[in-house]
Amino acid sequence: MAGVFLVGVTIFLCFRAWFVPKSFGKYGHYRADSMTEMAALPIVHAGHETCEACHSDVLDVKKTGKHAGVNCEACHGPQAKHADDPGSGKPVLPDTSVLCARCHEANAAKPKWFPAVNTSEHSMGLPCNTCHKPHNPKIGDDAAAKGENK
Amino acid sequence: MNMNRRFFITLTGAAAVAWESLRAGSPESAPNYSVADHWWAMLIDVDKCIGCGNCVRACSVENNVPEGFFRTWIERYQVDDENMTEPIVDSPHGGINGFPPRASGLGLAGPGVKEFFVPKMCNHCIDSPCTQVCPVGATFTTPDGVTLVDEKYCLGCRYCVQACPYGCRFIHPEKQVAQKCTLCYHRITKGLTTACCEACPTGSRQLADLKNPKDPIHEFMKTHSVQVLKPQMATGAKAFYAHLDGAVR
Repeated sequence: MAGVFLVGVTIFLCFRAWFVPKSFGKYGHYRADSMTEMAALPIVHAGHETCEACHSDVLDVKKTGKHAGVNCEACHGPQAKHADDPGSGKPVLPDTSVLCARCHEANAAKPKWFPAVNTSEHSMGLPCNTCHKPHNPKIGDDAAAKGENK
Repeated sequence: MNMNRRFFITLTGAAAVAWESLRAGSPESAPNYSVADHWWAMLIDVDKCIGCGNCVRACSVENNVPEGFFRTWIERYQVDDENMTEPIVDSPHGGINGFPPRASGLGLAGPGVKEFFVPKMCNHCIDSPCTQVCPVGATFTTPDGVTLVDEKYCLGCRYCVQACPYGCRFIHPEKQVAQKCTLCYHRITKGLTTACCEACPTGSRQLADLKNPKDPIHEFMKTHSVQVLKPQMATGAKAFYAHLDGAVR
């Protein structure tokens, strides 16, 4: 009888070992390895610290202005590929007449404290960087002037 | 050897434990990240959201979200003083392209009418209804407080999609598995913030680590009134909203 029970338990353990993933139950009723797999997915946005490591000159222009808190990829888009291999290609400069309007186009739902304009009336069709330097947008700001068109 | 029943059961139990231990091996090496040291949450300040759609675009690109589906989205609320319980809510394409002026017939802002944006995403609940209904353990809450989906285990049964009170889940049209916000688990485990937080120009969204005493969320929650969506559901939601209007649902 004991032998039959032992064989049964052995078969059960063998089947369990075959079907249940190694990490199942490590933290709970799930496969813990899926966390590792998810953590290993590729990064697309490099993060502003990575951008600033190379582009410290832009950071100097930006940090005194209204856009100091705006991270690089908020305007320039995801740049992890560029960060991994800067020589592979230069990121395309965004069109300011489209880019700036995304945030600064007047809309009744925007908070009252946020600077917004009717862009077609405000710029008369000109790109925003005709007057404003995107990294430090206040007109006549010395830091922006030093940064030329940055 | 004299094998009686007591000895046999003891031996079998010990053998089973030893076998499990051998199979489990050593814990995976994670020199820079320990799940026990974090408890992730999100702080969303409604008063800072400008509806630019940056968060939706960044999430979509970072996580390869299929077109027409959203892991995070923005809703525009229009609340009339005379009918506060039935706000007009729209979210054209999840707000991925921003918010054009309202279509005629939906009402326009005027006296007694207020409008505002509300970013939405998975609330990474402590007592997630979605994890409770999963029949195979494919969706779960990690020890660091993130609700995830194991795509290799998910059957695509849609129970979790129905169970989520916040409408945060969808079935991937090609993979036929449930998907949702992962709180950019591949980023936060590497010391980065989420893609939506990285792209938010006003700091409306902030990733928060409730186990980190130096995280600014602790000071913020002491000095501000912070709410969660649908508190009556008792989900233990960890997407904390500041300046949330009572009309938001």
